[in-house]
Amino acid sequence: MAAKIVVKDLSFSYNHQRVLSAVNLMVEADSILGIMGPAKSGKTTLLRIFNRLCDLIPHVRIEGEVFLDGENILRPGLNVDRLRKRVGMVFDKPVPLPRSIFENLAYGPRLHGIKDKKRLEELVERSLRLAQLWDEVKDRLNESAMKLSGGQQQRLCIARTLAMEPEVILLDEPTYGLDPISTLKIEQTLQSLKESYTIVLVSNNTWQVARTTDNVAFLLMGELIEYGSTHEIFTVPKDKRTDDYISGRFG
Amino acid sequence: MKEKLIEKTLMLLAFSAIGALLLMAVFIFKEGMPIIFKVGIKNFLFSTHWAPTKGHFGVSSMIVSSLFVTIGAMIIGVPLALACAITLAEFAPQRVTVILKPTIELLAGIPSVVYGFLGVVLLVPLIRDYLGGPGLSLLAASIILAIMILPTITSISIDAIKAVPYSYKEGSLALGATHWQTIRMVILKAARSGIITAIILGMARAIGETMAVIMVAGNALRLPQSPLSPVRTLTSNIALEMGYAAGDHRAALFATGIVLFVFIMVFNVSANIITKRWRRE
Repeated sequence: MAAKIVVKDLSFSYNHQRVLSAVNLMVEADSILGIMGPAKSGKTTLLRIFNRLCDLIPHVRIEGEVFLDGENILRPGLNVDRLRKRVGMVFDKPVPLPRSIFENLAYGPRLHGIKDKKRLEELVERSLRLAQLWDEVKDRLNESAMKLSGGQQQRLCIARTLAMEPEVILLDEPTYGLDPISTLKIEQTLQSLKESYTIVLVSNNTWQVARTTDNVAFLLMGELIEYGSTHEIFTVPKDKRTDDYISGRFG
Repeated sequence: MKEKLIEKTLMLLAFSAIGALLLMAVFIFKEGMPIIFKVGIKNFLFSTHWAPTKGHFGVSSMIVSSLFVTIGAMIIGVPLALACAITLAEFAPQRVTVILKPTIELLAGIPSVVYGFLGVVLLVPLIRDYLGGPGLSLLAASIILAIMILPTITSISIDAIKAVPYSYKEGSLALGATHWQTIRMVILKAARSGIITAIILGMARAIGETMAVIMVAGNALRLPQSPLSPVRTLTSNIALEMGYAAGDHRAALFATGIVLFVFIMVFNVSANIITKRWRRE
């Protein structure tokens, strides 16, 4: 399989504290990579480097390289807005903007220059269908997005990311605090999306990682302990620490 | 027992503040209303003829002047204040904010007579030399007021912008919006109730300011013809004539106070309503 993202010797420190040290990793195209590890292991930081949202934190030091389709996205002078259009992100807490459902979805495409009403409507419908939310909201697109339930809001955020037609989707614990049914719906959505998108999923839920991903990276204290196919890692982990984490002996 | 006593005492003290406001309102209305009815509300509000010693009590030129001076101050001050607020809340690095914010707030602590003095010494000659007219003018008053309301609008707007959840900003940036697009379309939109409140409170401050305005506005009793005309505002009128007024004249000054009181009430109440309505949304 082709590599969509390649991470080479990536280190990240914040206020002189190491968050990631010398991580080497590959994300295959059209697959789901799961990143798991205990709290403070650098999962979210790694994710935020992929769309350069880490730029918002002051006093950071990044070393190494991250390639997206062969282009180093850490190089200075890179157009981060264009990068973030290609690499969408869904956060652990659903953050609909304080606007209507339609406006939430049209926000991204409008930013990137799509003004045609018809085209926007098509995009909105297509993204909502992909995120499996269309049937629940099709009659109330003009209502405030804040009125939706937590699970619906999270699928709205996924749809909003899809509306930008990105190539990569980053998800930072997208089912955090959601009920099992909403969680299931989101996992199903991810399964159907991986046919045409590269997905990176950070999750604290080991079983979710086992259920939904193709490959897994296990991080511990900023170090990549093990990386391999989900099947391998969950049946024959090479490192004892991975085994301990999966079987719940720590973390 | 002791607990109850303290509670009651505090309650009493709290109500005495409201009591003071109530007393003031009652007194102003009691002193001012009779003269308004005597000359007729229409005559009082819409006549420009103010000759209190000869029995003419028309305040319309002062109402117009007060409004124009305030609007002028808003046109100059609001963009400045918002630019300050956005810069300080979003763009300026921490080190700069630490210096700039207290500096702007310090502006609020300068006595208004100092503003007036600087206006007379620096601003008025500039206007006279470069734009014409007597220099003492509506424009001079608006500029001075614009600077005086800067700290009010800036600091309340900064608080409103900072109160916007960080996740909105992150969410918008993650969708590929630039920093400025995020500010314009998400942050300012979410902070708008606070910003509107800030602007209205600034307006209330501008329309109520007296000393600085007396010193630079020229105080002529006429409808303003241009921004360079000297004008007399409602507040100036009270302050200028209170010293020698008696009888109906004195009552008419209280009536001028009623007009001001109503304006400021309208500003404050609308600020409250706007804040509440947008918070509900």
